[in-house]
Parts: sequence; C-alpha cells; structure tokens
Amino acid sequence: MFSKGTKRKFSDGGEEISDESLLGARVASSYSLQRQSLLDMSLIKLQLCHMLVEPNLCRSVLIANTVRQIQEEMTHDGSWHMVTEAFCSAGQSPSERLVATEVLCRSREQDAEPKLFSVISYEGCREEEVVADETLCSVSVSDTVSNVCLAGRMGQCWEKSELSGVERDEEALEDSRLGSGEDEEIDTEDGASTESPKTIGQVFGTFEIKNGSPGPDSALEELFSDVDTSYYDLDTMLTGMQSAPKMGPYDLLDSLAPSHSSPSIVSTPNCRSDLNELDHIMEIIVGS
Amino acid sequence: ADVISTVEFNQTGEFLFLATGDKGGRVVIFQREPQGEYNVYSTFQSHEPEFDYLKSLEIEERINKIRWLPLHNPAHFLLATNDKTIKLWKVSERDKRAEGYNLRDEEGRLKDLSTVTTLQVPVLRPMDLLVEASPRRVFANAHAYHINSISVNSDCETYLSADDLRINLWNLNITDRSFNIVDLKPENMEDLSEVITVAEFHPHHCHLLAFSSSTGTTRLCDMRASALCDQHAKLFEEAADPSHRSFFSEIVSSVSDVKFSHSGRYLLTRDYLTVKVWDLNMENKPVETYQVHDYLRTKLCSLYESDCIFDKFECAWNGTDSVIMTGAYNNYFRMFDRASLRDVTLEASREVCKRRAVLQPRRVCVGKKQKETDVSVDSLDFRKKILHTAWHPKENIIAIAASNNLYIFQDRLTPNGHHNTPEIQSCRQHHNNLMNCYEHI
Repeated sequence: MFSKGTKRKFSDGGEEISDESLLGARVASSYSLQRQSLLDMSLIKLQLCHMLVEPNLCRSVLIANTVRQIQEEMTHDGSWHMVTEAFCSAGQSPSERLVATEVLCRSREQDAEPKLFSVISYEGCREEEVVADETLCSVSVSDTVSNVCLAGRMGQCWEKSELSGVERDEEALEDSRLGSGEDEEIDTEDGASTESPKTIGQVFGTFEIKNGSPGPDSALEELFSDVDTSYYDLDTMLTGMQSAPKMGPYDLLDSLAPSHSSPSIVSTPNCRSDLNELDHIMEIIVGS
Repeated sequence: ADVISTVEFNQTGEFLFLATGDKGGRVVIFQREPQGEYNVYSTFQSHEPEFDYLKSLEIEERINKIRWLPLHNPAHFLLATNDKTIKLWKVSERDKRAEGYNLRDEEGRLKDLSTVTTLQVPVLRPMDLLVEASPRRVFANAHAYHINSISVNSDCETYLSADDLRINLWNLNITDRSFNIVDLKPENMEDLSEVITVAEFHPHHCHLLAFSSSTGTTRLCDMRASALCDQHAKLFEEAADPSHRSFFSEIVSSVSDVKFSHSGRYLLTRDYLTVKVWDLNMENKPVETYQVHDYLRTKLCSLYESDCIFDKFECAWNGTDSVIMTGAYNNYFRMFDRASLRDVTLEASREVCKRRAVLQPRRVCVGKKQKETDVSVDSLDFRKKILHTAWHPKENIIAIAASNNLYIFQDRLTPNGHHNTPEIQSCRQHHNNLMNCYEHI
C-alpha cells in the first residue's frame, strides 16, 4: 500500500482516503501547474507580440482569448484571488493601481490628445505602467508641467483634472485605455480607417485589470524580478522595448518637442533626475 | 527564390494559367503547353515594399492572394494583393510588330525626309512572343488592417477585399471608393475577441458572400438584406465536443480557409485539425468532417509554444466537388474522396518527386511503426508545411506549394486514353500517378 520510504501517517483510519485525495491533489496541482505555465507562455507571447512592429492581429486575439480563458477559470477556482493577494503583499499596492486608473481616466477627457502611455508597453509590465503613471501624476502635483518632458500636450490635461476621483471602477479604466489607444490613431490621421493594429496593445494591457486583479500574478513578478529601477528611466524603457523603428518611441519623441509652452525642452538626462525626484514625491503622497 | 505565398489556377479558357505570388512581391505565371507541361509564361514584380510614413511602419510586399478575373479577352486579368493594396494586372501577349513606317526607321528615329521617295503601307510581321504585364488599377488606402482575402464576384464587376476586421466591396473600375459591407471592429477595441480570417463570394449568387472567423464560425451574408452585412443570414458553427475541450479549443477551431464548392451548394472550411463540408441549408453542423492530422491533438501545447498552432492551411475542391484536398506538415498533403470516404496522404518534396515518378502514399503512426514506410509523429518536420494548394477547375491537375518549391501533379491517362470516371476514381488515380514535377524558379 505504501511506496517504499513513505512515512506512515499517524491517523490510520483515513489513509486510503488520504491517498486518493493526495492523488487527486497531485493531479489537480499538476493541472494548475500546467495551466500556470500556459498562462506564462501566453503572456510572454503577448508581450513579444506587442513589441513587434505590426503584430499579427489574429494571432494576438487568439492568444489574448486564451489568457482570458485561463484567468476566468483561475478566478472561478479561487486561485486567481490567491495569486493577486500574493502580488499585493509583494509591494504593488492598490493605491498605485488607483493612480494608474486616475491618470488614464483623466486622459480620456481629452479626446484629441495623443496618449503617451500607448507608447509604453503595458502587458505584463506592471512596473513600467505604474511608474509612468506616477511620473505623470507627479507632474500635476508639483505643478511643474514644463519640467516633465512627458507632458507634451498632456500638460493641459493635467491642469484641469484633480487628484481626486481615484475611486474609479475598472470599467472606466478600460474605457479610458481604449479611448487612449483609439484617439492616438485618430489624432494622427484624418478620417476613418486609421487605427493601426497597435491599438490591440491596449487590449492586452487591460486584461490584467479587467479581471478584477491588480495585475499580473506571481509568475509575472518572477518574469520581471530582474527589472531594476533603471526601468523607471524613460530612456531605458524606450530603447528596451523597441527592436525596430516603431511608432511608439517616435510618437513619444514627437511629444517631447516643444509643443507646449515650456520655456526649455528638457533633455532626457534632466528628465531622468526629475522623474526620479517626482517619483519619490509621488510615493510619499500616495503613501499617505 | 522566395517563399510562395499563394497559388491559383484560372477559371476557364484553353490556356491554363497558374499564378503564384511570393514573399518578394513577384507574380509568376505558368502556362500549360499542349503537351501538358507547365512552363513559365510571365514574371513580374507586383508589389514593392512600402513605408507608411504616418505610422512609421513598413508594409511588406508579400503577395497574400491572387485571383484571376473571369474575363474572356485575349488578355488576362488578375488581382493581386499584399497587406494593404490590391492591384489589377493585365497580362497580354504581343506577337506581331508593325514594320515599314514612313516617317520613322526601324529604331524609331525620325527619318530624314529627303530620303523618303516612296510611300509604303506598314505591315505586321510576326515577332517573338512578348508577354507584358501592366498594372491597370491600384486599389489603395481602404484597409487599416492586413488584407487576408480577395474574391471576385460572379457579376464580374465587383470584388471584395477582407482584412482582419472589415470587408470592403469594390467596383473593378473604380479605385478611389469602396463600400464597407462587414465591420467587426467593436466600439471598444478591448472587447475585440474575433477577427475575420477568410472571405469569399458565392460562385453563382452575386449577393451572397461567406466569411469565417477566428472563433470557428462561418457566416453567410446576403447583400440584399442591408448595406452593412454585420447581421448574418446564416451562421455555420458546430458545437464544441466537450470531450476535446481544452484551452486550445478556440485556437484549433479558428477557420483558416473557406471555399464554396463549384456547385455552390456546399462550403468547405479548414480549421487546424479538420476539414469540414457544410451544406448551405444546414447551419448547426457540417455534413462531413475529415480528420487531417488528428495525431496532433495531443501535441497542441508544444505546437502552441512553437506557434505552429497558428498556421493557416488552405483547402481545395476538385472540379466535380467529389474530392477535397488540403495540406499538412512534413510536406504532406491529404486528399479525401467524399463518396468512398477514402483518404490518402502524399508527400511533395524534392527527394520524392522526380519527373514521371509515381507518388506513394504515406502514413503517420502514433505508436510503433507497423510498416517500414510509416513515419512516426515525433519525426514530423513542422517547418515543412504545405499551406497553399490549388486544384485545376476542370482537370485532375493539382499545384502544391512547399516553401519555395512548386509541384504540379497530374493525373496519368489510363492506357486506353480515357480518364476514369471522376467521381470515385480520381482519388485513387492521384495516389497512384504522378506525371510532372516542376520546381519554382
């Protein structure tokens, strides 16, 4: 009955049952391991997709649907909840997510604004997203719009909005995400048929949020465990994510150009130190 | 030599043309000689790589689809498309040249009038055949997403072009305007869960078109119902088999090709593991389902990892709609005889195909080899895939594209010079006979 080397359990009575349930548990855990690895693989694929110049839309949609399916099942299982809790405790607090929400919701009001975060790869890259948002938020806080090279035309948007309204729901977040993606394309060209497949990036970016979790699970955490603070550096972020000329970085660079009333165009090194500083300030504010 | 991206026989006519488009944007047209061999008739560069300045994106010149126009001129017309632009090409022959002009000499230079003493009437003299391809129309800027299909309507005046989310209707003579007839783009892009994979017009009814999607559904739309055909007239979808359900179910059910039968009564759809024949009058399930490579069902995870699961295989009917053909991996292609329910696996590769050689059937085994010639599923080469196949509209001639090679197989005549009746015999003949074998340049 016992395989060699197995310790005999104290309770004699339920041994048979415990064997079966152990087997069942093993099967279940192997299934959830497989499912987990499938999820990881899919998320990596999505991220790679997003980094392509023109992702194959069909493939992207199919992978995204698979991810959604896995996440749905994991939510039903309750294992998603566990994962997100773990994630939360790891330091990515809900407040940061709320900041992101706030930022994105704000940008939605400015329909014609080019959206800078569409530039930034969102899928799975939780840290990037949060950082960018924090940075942007910090702009309005310190009221040094001109300082931040990111601001661009976003500058106006910041002045008008408030830091409150953080308690937006997921839907609004998604909408604004969508809005951001759409508008960027529409803004650059007149008329219809201007959306580029890049907007699908928003689709995937929102998956984590849409499913009621603060974002990627521990697997993703692992994926990005080697992401150090240099990621907070816009520069690195941009160069890191592009392998070929893409719209994103150029778009961002465009908005770095003097399109607003900033007296001086901040060069990227200045940007960096400013960002770090503002980042720090933001953390303090959000923390409280 | 570039990877062949599409193969298409023309519909009718004495001269049988086979056009192939490749990754480099070239179109190569083969013509069938009276003796039965196919030779290169014309080669031209259809599309060039472009750069979209607004989006900083390069548009590939790879030809995605070619469709011949059923016109009955001495010239031939075909539509070729890359990701964004469709072009109408006229391919015409010139075999005579006018000679004996009064004002110009043979090289075209103006003659010195003092040397002209008599008048002559120019005469037409034969010259070496010159085949010219000239672009007659360019249909551009109508698609935001990658074009995957074009299909000429039976009215010979209009055609459709489909990208991932939209289908547009064009008039062959009007290039600056097209009508959008299907739009799957959701209000909220993040709700996007389905894309269009293939679209085709019905062969006889000019108001009917079919399009398939990544979710495994095929829709039949009637253009008479409304201008925008988002509401389908029929939806062909088979309920998923619960015993086969997995995370890959949707991907595997994604339809990669749709073909109406020549009769117009049936629809052929190809998904990752099967080909299905649908009766247009029955929507809830196909009338026939053929397993192409069911042995891959247990390998879906690794195929997903290698992205092979996203390969888009095409399918084809023979001229009498009695045999179905589709490609698979390891340079194999499969044929299914609908009447006898017999099927065969054949291989198209250099090693196997010599001129006049006869194709031997292949077998893929999952476990132990039963025969020497069996191939184990683990030794299949997934890089060698036959995605594009075409069947001559009237005769038993098939064209198979394997990477950058084109193979043309032909039915061998029986000794008394008659073909066997096509219904049941054609499949058997194919797996017994190979007449020609050509390679793409």
